[in-house]
Amino acid sequence: GWGESAGRDKDYNEPCVQCSDVNWGLTDEGKFYCKSCHNVIERTKEVLVSDAIPNTKIQSLSKGLRKKKKIDKGWEWYVCEGFQYILKKQAEALQKLGVCPRMKDEILCCFWRCYLQKSKQAYCPRPVNDTPLELVVSDSATDVDSEPERVSPFDLSSFTESDIDLQTECSFGQISSVDRTSETMSVYSGSIDGSSYVLKRTKGNMRMSMPMTLSFCYMALLWLKEPVTLSDLLRFVAEGHIPYINAFQYFPEEIKLYGLDLKIFRVESWPEYEEVHNKMLELAAFLDLPRFPAITDSCFLHPDMLCIKYLMEANLPDELHSWTCRVVKKTGVGETNFLTLDAENESARKANYDILSVAIIIVVLKLLLLLNDQYEWVLSNFAEERNKKNKEGRLWFDFRKWYKVVKTCMDIEQKKLAEERARCLWKCETPLFYSAKQKAATLKKRQMILSLQRQFGALTDSPQVTEKQSPSSFQLTWDEENPDGSCFHGHSLEGFLQEKGNLHRPMNPEYWLCTVKLCNKKVCGHLAHYKEGDFSKSYQFILNLFSFLLRVDVSLIHEEVCLIEHKLFNARLHKKSKKQSKPKENAIRKWLLTRV
Amino acid sequence: MDGLVEEPALGEEGDSLAPSIHLPLLPRCFYHPVTVGRKKTEFQKTKEACLNYIQDALLQNQWQRAAEFMISYLEILESSTVSKRKTAPEAIWRIGTEILLHHSKSNIEELNYFTERMKNLGVKNYLKVCLEHIFYLLCNGLIDEAYQNLTLAEGWRYGEQTAAQNDELKLIQAYKGLLDYYNWSKKRKAMLELDEENFTDSSEQEMHNFFRQAAVNLKEIIKIPGVWDPFVVCYVDLLEFYGDYDEAREVLTEYAYNSKFPPNPNAHVYLYHFLKRQGESKKSLVSVLKILHKTVPSHELMLEFYTMLTKSKKRKKRRLGLEVIFEVLDFAGWKENVKAWSCLAEQIKQILENSNKHLDWVKEEWNSRKDWWPAFHFSHYLAKRNWQENEKLAYEKALLAGILLGKDCKYYKYVLHQGCKAKKKRFQTLKKFVKKHSSAYLRISACSDSSTHL
Repeated sequence: GWGESAGRDKDYNEPCVQCSDVNWGLTDEGKFYCKSCHNVIERTKEVLVSDAIPNTKIQSLSKGLRKKKKIDKGWEWYVCEGFQYILKKQAEALQKLGVCPRMKDEILCCFWRCYLQKSKQAYCPRPVNDTPLELVVSDSATDVDSEPERVSPFDLSSFTESDIDLQTECSFGQISSVDRTSETMSVYSGSIDGSSYVLKRTKGNMRMSMPMTLSFCYMALLWLKEPVTLSDLLRFVAEGHIPYINAFQYFPEEIKLYGLDLKIFRVESWPEYEEVHNKMLELAAFLDLPRFPAITDSCFLHPDMLCIKYLMEANLPDELHSWTCRVVKKTGVGETNFLTLDAENESARKANYDILSVAIIIVVLKLLLLLNDQYEWVLSNFAEERNKKNKEGRLWFDFRKWYKVVKTCMDIEQKKLAEERARCLWKCETPLFYSAKQKAATLKKRQMILSLQRQFGALTDSPQVTEKQSPSSFQLTWDEENPDGSCFHGHSLEGFLQEKGNLHRPMNPEYWLCTVKLCNKKVCGHLAHYKEGDFSKSYQFILNLFSFLLRVDVSLIHEEVCLIEHKLFNARLHKKSKKQSKPKENAIRKWLLTRV
Repeated sequence: MDGLVEEPALGEEGDSLAPSIHLPLLPRCFYHPVTVGRKKTEFQKTKEACLNYIQDALLQNQWQRAAEFMISYLEILESSTVSKRKTAPEAIWRIGTEILLHHSKSNIEELNYFTERMKNLGVKNYLKVCLEHIFYLLCNGLIDEAYQNLTLAEGWRYGEQTAAQNDELKLIQAYKGLLDYYNWSKKRKAMLELDEENFTDSSEQEMHNFFRQAAVNLKEIIKIPGVWDPFVVCYVDLLEFYGDYDEAREVLTEYAYNSKFPPNPNAHVYLYHFLKRQGESKKSLVSVLKILHKTVPSHELMLEFYTMLTKSKKRKKRRLGLEVIFEVLDFAGWKENVKAWSCLAEQIKQILENSNKHLDWVKEEWNSRKDWWPAFHFSHYLAKRNWQENEKLAYEKALLAGILLGKDCKYYKYVLHQGCKAKKKRFQTLKKFVKKHSSAYLRISACSDSSTHL
């Protein structure tokens, strides 16, 4: 569990008095004890540290040794400890939302320990953090240049605007003025290994980051097959139900955060689906995890189930579900082997169930309605005619009406979301500052901003702190009882189906592929690219609808649609390519005569 | 795309003329261009959106909504981008002031509280904020508070002052000078109402203190090229009270004639009035007003100017006088000014009765006006209106109409008819007069190609 202390110390090598073994550990009080015979000796860690080289440290996860610095800088702490606090809080929040308690106490904890071990931050003989940057000890700045593995912050590839300023704040020219009293503190950071975390790049090692905390959470949720998709999780984070943006405010008071720690723990963007997802896959491989528990067709994450959810949310007829199931069967995406995450198996590394389900729905809509900006409107004309005549009985699904209803709703919701995002407060009570001398100014500024916010808050009518609505899985709900007929769940697909024997076939005889050829992922990062102007307005609308529901970029959904289509029409495409001598270019609309 | 080296096409004509092009191999990263670069964080994006919402709300006078978004926008002060942090204080100050000025729940205390916070936000804006706040206080009649703030701001110094701060400081000193003058004049008024025995030394001393402070600051600001009308007036008042006429004269002359200063008719007006008070000779007065005439021919002092000119013995001056009076009546504001019309009428009469010696003057002046004055001044509609509203005006104008446009002029005919009907004696004389000088009309409008007959 989280309470274990995993202390070990390698510098004390005297044989134990009682059992002559050299196997020492540390108690919570900092005294040495022999692991073989549990003999506690008087020698404490404090004594050692004073005459040992600054490389020696204790690694303890739960409470560990907290040395109160003379300058009252709080505890010594490692970056991964900070992340541990955050993960704990996130897991607790998820538990509050109804997730099984096993997630926190067993799964996540296990993953985390495994990660610490693999990345050599703890639970291992020689943790990586034992060698902080030598800059601290050296007097001259020339040592900076002589470090071969050192990567200057100017080389970092992923830059955001705020990074540049962090450099100017803690430029290397100021190293000589670092507080000399703490030998073990690294350059300008509250944590011990903050600077090495940010600057050093060890190959093959996975550096922890804020988005990665969500990767951990999702991985644990996936292991337990909880009914939470990644997009749901990220939405809960954005709505504030799960700590993320100012998660560091849950650190105990004695853990001081400043300097380069900000680069690690300060968040100025919402987590992106792609980033969290890719990190999760990387993590699963890094941890050498075995095959995840199997996703079967009774599982919430199975496309057969998830499609129901998204069909309901998009206000589409329930009857479409049988069609999604057929597509799932035909393409094989419902297979357990395909769905279950297996880090070792390249082809079983997807686990994007939400995007998959949504893409299937889009493909079904294309199959039935064609969505070429003409056919679907013609069909809806027929439906409208028919619905006018037959008021009783089930209504035929009218695409035009559906479009109007959903578009109106979407416009309102998108506007609401945009305003909410603009009103969101990013800063919390705990001020962040780069260096000790900035602290006073930062605190003062924070106080002033708070008082100004109160002043303007008094001018507004509504109370500023509104109770957060409890999160729900469904963002849009449609009332079937509503007499104005704005709910389409019960509508029939009769209008565009024809009976052939006992099978229903779509009247639409055509289909257009989003792309003829898939890209090479290694070259351009994605299998397909989305350019708005290339596609019909109806298709764009539907993409935007699901992009809004999932809070995901349209290009990701589009990519998945391309993939599904290629699976579905694999036979045809395969035949076609044999006839041609040269492969065609990507993203050209091509009409294929086919029948499903 | 296996390299993009083009080979020269074989068998093409004239390949000696067109050298082959060897394009370099395109690096892999150009195959699929993708936007890379500094990504904007969500924080920056949402703050930009927030600003847009605030701007929209301000433009639509939705103060409540603007205040709501302001709560979130205040966080821009803690932005991690240095450039944003630098420009944030001014934006916050201006938006906040705008909201607090208009919001129904806000009052002066709120604004004062807010402005104090803004002053602490940054060195760069301190004086600007002070100055605007002082303007606000003055506009709302809070003279004492304004004075306090001015005193505080005047004494503010921070490191090396930039040029912009220098200007602001000068403005602050100038307004302090103005308020010192205001206090001085209050004191002066109070003292004038008391008897001489009740003069206390201290109050007189106070008055002198105000005078000194005011004089120093006002003098400084007037040195800078600009438009400082109220400051000049106050300063001259001070100087005159204490008898420093030389200084006053110099100040006013500088203000009016220094080419570095923007052209300002008021400067000449102030100078003129001062010289008049000093009892200067007509010659110098006329020279001052000459410039005023050039810049603002429709100025109200023009009548005074005209009177001075016509009284002169010099022919040139009298000629100028005629020009002045004609020009004054070119402007719509003088259309119904009886005095101006009677002056002109008087002048014309004199010329006519003076054996037409200077009729060509009239001809010159009338030449440029004969196309449009008839419609402008002497229309039938105006005849009716003038007769209804102001008989004297109608009379004077009729006289001129009769002389300048002949007795067939509609205006003249109508007014004359009305006047004779009303049995006003002078209209009979008018009729005789015009008849007598009907030849003048012909001479005046002699060289006209398109004489407009009304």
